Amino acid sequence: MLCLEDICWNSPDGRQLLKGLNLEIPDGKLVVITGPNGGGKTTLAKIIAGIEKPLSGRILVDGEDISDKDVTERARMGFSFAFQQPVRFKGITVRRLLEVSAGRKLDDAELCDLLGKVGLCAKEYVDREVNATLSGGEIKRIEIATVIARDSKLAIFDEPEAGIDLWSFKNLIEVFRHIHEEKKNSLIIISHQERILRIADEIALVSDGKIENMGPREEMLKLMQFKTKERIAACDREEAVFDERSN
Amino acid sequence: MKEVTEDILKKVDVFKEKFMKGAYSIREDGSCVGHQSTENVTISAKEGKPGIEVHVKAGSKGETVYIPTCVTKGNINDIVYNDFYIGEGAECTIVSGCGVHTDDGHDSRHSGVHRFFLGKGSHVKYHEKHVGTGAGEGVRSINPVTQATVGEDAILEMDTSQIGGVDKTYRKTNAVVEARGKLLIRERLLTEGEQQADTEFEVELKGEDSSADIISRSVARGKSRQSYTSNIIGSARCSGHSECDSIIDGDAIVDAAPKLCAHHTDAALIHEAAIGKIAGEQILKLRSLGLDEQEAEAMIIEGFLS
Repeated sequence: MLCLEDICWNSPDGRQLLKGLNLEIPDGKLVVITGPNGGGKTTLAKIIAGIEKPLSGRILVDGEDISDKDVTERARMGFSFAFQQPVRFKGITVRRLLEVSAGRKLDDAELCDLLGKVGLCAKEYVDREVNATLSGGEIKRIEIATVIARDSKLAIFDEPEAGIDLWSFKNLIEVFRHIHEEKKNSLIIISHQERILRIADEIALVSDGKIENMGPREEMLKLMQFKTKERIAACDREEAVFDERSN
Repeated sequence: MKEVTEDILKKVDVFKEKFMKGAYSIREDGSCVGHQSTENVTISAKEGKPGIEVHVKAGSKGETVYIPTCVTKGNINDIVYNDFYIGEGAECTIVSGCGVHTDDGHDSRHSGVHRFFLGKGSHVKYHEKHVGTGAGEGVRSINPVTQATVGEDAILEMDTSQIGGVDKTYRKTNAVVEARGKLLIRERLLTEGEQQADTEFEVELKGEDSSADIISRSVARGKSRQSYTSNIIGSARCSGHSECDSIIDGDAIVDAAPKLCAHHTDAALIHEAAIGKIAGEQILKLRSLGLDEQEAEAMIIEGFLS
């Protein structure tokens, strides 16, 4: 069980983005975190992975306080993070990056299986550099493959659908199913996509730096539909759709 | 062959058991300590100057010529002049590993002047790896000068690297490329501490549809200094590209000055130069895979210079 207690975080320009956020992620669950842009979703994901440090609050795994553990230590505990905008590396091949992710040498069959899961042909890609010659879609799929290679206790995906074309969207859903159902690992996915919301065990709605609501998928989808209608009506009345005054 | 020489050869990827089978010339502390010709490759001593002449027979394929050079102690200033004549249509690989070693306060220096004459339609792959070794305070210097004439339809691929330990280097490469000829250069440099590296390229694309692609990647750490200059002159319908990409760290200094000269309206010339620190996002990504900061940095640099 991952618990976040009273997490606060300010952006470098001093804006309060997370305002005492509390969240519980049960083991083996697929939790989708959604909500309006600027609500603090990506920051929350980065705080869980240890990439950002909260201003205050605690992060606990099975009761152990891991707040002071950095990104390397959390990775070694079994956390993985797929970046929304993956970085590129001149001179580092896809094979090397996947081997570092797996923590061991990978044979051709394993590489083929890994890249196949993200819709790429290993023969074409293993020896290519993870550099600017890869398209946005290709680099995003390789980023997702690095997380699959790690077989982690907790995998965090920050807007995995961004930059993915429709053809590979199906594959993406399969990737999440594979991690969730076959590997029985915990998953946190930051997403707006309805198709991703529909595979969640639980959905957490982040708004204005806090968890506005969290619950089982069907319950949350109904609530969000209601909220969407409410927001459309608010829009018609020319009122704020989300309260983003402090963002 | 001295133990130090054998150690240097391993560091520059020149393995005795491999080169003894083919054409080679090995130089140690300023003199040739062994050479061998083959049916297609003739190696002979140069007259009036230290060095060798290498002739690769026209039409021959698959020959590899090894020409390693080692300076194993201080107080040696070795200068060598090597000429390579590649016959029409020949395809060969030339491996030139070089190391300078000093265990005392005396300097150890090697300067190699290589001239390449590529006949029509020939193809040469040239690999050069430089290293400095030894615990002495003497300055280890390697100063390679390369002059190449790339004939019609010929291809010269140069893959050069300085992997560490060289205190001073001045690298100068000049080339003239004839019609439909191609020149491809990949250079990698690593400087640390107080080391200094200066590299200069001047390439004339003289013939119609000739081309050149020069890519230099370097890492400058500590208080080291690097300078890069390149000049591609397009004298005919041609295409030229140069790229200088550097990672800078600590108190290092890197100067880059790529220059293009179009002397023909159909000369298509491009240059790129980038100097910067390792991106924080790159370190974070690798840390999120379980590496610590030092391991992440080492992996990025190793990949960059690979």
